[in-house]
Amino acid sequence: MSASAVKLKTGFDAQAGIVAAIFVVGVLWSLFAAANGADAAIRTHAWVIGLGFLVGLFSMAGVYSGGGVSIDKTQYNETIIKYGVIASLFWAVAGLLVGVVIAFQLAFPALLSFPDFPELNFGRLRPLHTSAVIFAFGGNVLIATSFYVVQRTCRTRLAGGVWPWFVFWGYQLFIVVAATGYLLGITQGKEYAEPEWYADLWLTIVWVAYLLVFMATLMRRKEPHIYVANWFYLAFIVTIALLHVVNNLAMPVSIIGARSYSAFSGVQDALTQWWYGHNAVGFFLTAGFLAIMYYFIPKRAERPVFSYRLSIIHFWALIFIYIWAGPHHLHYTALPEWAQTLGMTFSIMLWMPSWGGMINGLMTLSGAWDKLRTDPVIRMLVVSVAFYGMSTFEGPVMSIRAVNSLSHYTDWTIGHVHSGALGWVGFISFGAIYCLVPWLWKRKGMFSKALIEWHFWIATIGILLYITSMWVSGIMQGLMWRAYDSLGFLEFSFIQTVEAMQPYYIIRGLGGVLYLAGALLMCWNVYKTIKGDVRESDASVKPQSASIAAPAE
Amino acid sequence: MAEDQKKEVDGYSGVETTGHEWDGIKELDNPLPRWWLWIFYASIVWAAVYMVFMPAIPAPPGMDGHTPGLRNHSERANVHAAISELETSRGPMFTQLQQAADAGGPAAIESDPALLNFALAAGESAFGDNCATCHGAGGQGFVGYPNLNDDDWIWPSSFDDIRATIRHGIRWEDDPDSRFSQMPAYGRDGLLSRDEISAVADYVMALSDMIEPTPEGQGAGAEIFANQCSACHGVNGLGDQSIGAPNLADAIWLYGSEPDQVRNSIWRGPYGVMPAWNERLDETTITALAAYVYLRGERAGDSFADLRDEMAEELADAGR
Repeated sequence: MSASAVKLKTGFDAQAGIVAAIFVVGVLWSLFAAANGADAAIRTHAWVIGLGFLVGLFSMAGVYSGGGVSIDKTQYNETIIKYGVIASLFWAVAGLLVGVVIAFQLAFPALLSFPDFPELNFGRLRPLHTSAVIFAFGGNVLIATSFYVVQRTCRTRLAGGVWPWFVFWGYQLFIVVAATGYLLGITQGKEYAEPEWYADLWLTIVWVAYLLVFMATLMRRKEPHIYVANWFYLAFIVTIALLHVVNNLAMPVSIIGARSYSAFSGVQDALTQWWYGHNAVGFFLTAGFLAIMYYFIPKRAERPVFSYRLSIIHFWALIFIYIWAGPHHLHYTALPEWAQTLGMTFSIMLWMPSWGGMINGLMTLSGAWDKLRTDPVIRMLVVSVAFYGMSTFEGPVMSIRAVNSLSHYTDWTIGHVHSGALGWVGFISFGAIYCLVPWLWKRKGMFSKALIEWHFWIATIGILLYITSMWVSGIMQGLMWRAYDSLGFLEFSFIQTVEAMQPYYIIRGLGGVLYLAGALLMCWNVYKTIKGDVRESDASVKPQSASIAAPAE
Repeated sequence: MAEDQKKEVDGYSGVETTGHEWDGIKELDNPLPRWWLWIFYASIVWAAVYMVFMPAIPAPPGMDGHTPGLRNHSERANVHAAISELETSRGPMFTQLQQAADAGGPAAIESDPALLNFALAAGESAFGDNCATCHGAGGQGFVGYPNLNDDDWIWPSSFDDIRATIRHGIRWEDDPDSRFSQMPAYGRDGLLSRDEISAVADYVMALSDMIEPTPEGQGAGAEIFANQCSACHGVNGLGDQSIGAPNLADAIWLYGSEPDQVRNSIWRGPYGVMPAWNERLDETTITALAAYVYLRGERAGDSFADLRDEMAEELADAGR
């Protein structure tokens, strides 16, 4: 580096000292737990955790011997987003693959049960699948796109020096700790919140850093107003912090043990869990991905957002109403009935606030509908919004007590979740990645538009197989459970209902295979694009400069 | 305002923008869609009305309960009502079944087609939810769990005996009336050597013509059988139901008929357990289960569907 007046790298500053200190504490705790841990699981798990922190320390040594992290204020930080895109693809394939495996374990339980390898059995792989697709894939997409969008729409470099990197790598460590914990049989048994107290604590540190980086970047913005996508990102980050901390309040048995006990018990615990679980859907998988929608659809379609007023009203209505809807997961249980009423009525009122996002997404296309024909990425984004509209209508319907008495505990719920997860979350993420890769790596377009077409159609058929088979299976299951014969006895035993579902489980598994195949095509396409094999005829994107433009006038 | 000057009219829609721009993205100043707003209002009104009719407002802290709503809805009360309605509707038939079974046994049940139909339906339902886990959905059994469709019984097999077995279980240590017996673990406890077990296994398998008699089996094996096994299983290996000693001369094998499985049974001395169901099911359900199981065994070879068809015919014949 020449002796330039502008400082381009941090050097080993106080911030780096804090991060290094956190890592050192992590290594020491891990060594202590590996040697003296209160149970066998933690003694194994601590090695994984300690290794993660050691890798972190060595990486820091490498980066800071080269002068530290870049803080060139004339450039956007695009490197971290490239890492985020790659991580998203990796976790997408991992999570979908585990999903396919467990789908076939349900279809062929005798063939795919491994009594000698408990880590391969359904009970441990299922949380691995859900966490990998929601938190690893979805979370990385959210972190990467939020870091991209907040910089571009605030016209400023990502704030915080080393901290964005701490967030990115710290989040990967959390995923690895959570995933290896599941395989070892470590779980606190709360759906979508399975990791034990030490993983939860680590995520809390990472998440607070994420919030601070995002807010600091917003505060450095060179635009007078905050763009709607950033409202949604901020709501997502703040609310997830709140949900995560409250639902995971627990007392560890030992500070070097894997086990903890929840601060709540009985129906209070259930209600807290589903307040968390439902809003993980509402703020992680809805608000966060609406933020992606609000940036990438207008950007790609090159059309203005349909209605600013609608975006304000549906934003506030969504975040105010969503937070109360959790009790609809506990209809017909020990939960007091007034709370069930609360959950159901707020779910119904949530219908239009959810659809506000769909309207703004679809209507933004007006004036650019022809692009649906020519640009498969736009088509992916729009179909994603259509699935969003469908599942946010299905959700309120299923929250109605009479419907829920049929649908609850059946595969219908699984189908509902996957129309949201595969259709909405998956497609909006894939669309955003197809936009980001040429922008970040400065290519003229994706390597192959035809491969994007293939991805779109294969994955769409996969989704349709998945959700239609689960509708049939779920409704059949619900009807069989409640069927009485003329003498007043249950018509079917439980095992008969299980046998009846097998064909649908096979169809569901095939749907999953197609969806996974689509994701693999995307990985190949991204790999070739990054390598630079972009054909002239596929050139279709406007270059996005890494330089931060001076304010217009 | 400087921003007002940046407002422009979108060429395609003719709608004005808000005047802001972020990374090339602008926003139109379209109003809220009317239909969207009215459905939103309607859903809020509906929610308010629902809350008037249904339980909705919790009591303040320190007090119990909640507003019952105009419908005075209580799911707990609904469940109690539904269960008692079901019990009332099935009650008379259960009483009749219990009386018939106690007085006249299975013959009394079979003589009344309607009662038989009820017993089989009640038994099938209870079987599916309680017994099928081990005995299979069709009662066909698995290794270690007896097949209930055949007419080969390990323990006494009259209707009342089966009822007692279901009530008190087999080798269920919490119930003093449970059926008990224990075969020694000849190998594990060192009572017989491996060669001796092999020889007596040969003898036993030859009894049911599963293998050709072998010299070891007919020599050492026969002698061991006479000394060790015949006390319970009988000199001819025909078993003794009163002490739960299975018949070894037929083709039905609870723990498998492969040579390794037979040798393993002698080695470890199986100790199969069935729970006492009177802790979980009421007496009338146990009676229905016993009738169901007894009739399955009696009509060996029939699938349950055939049995139901047969019942239906008998009902039709009886003009019911």
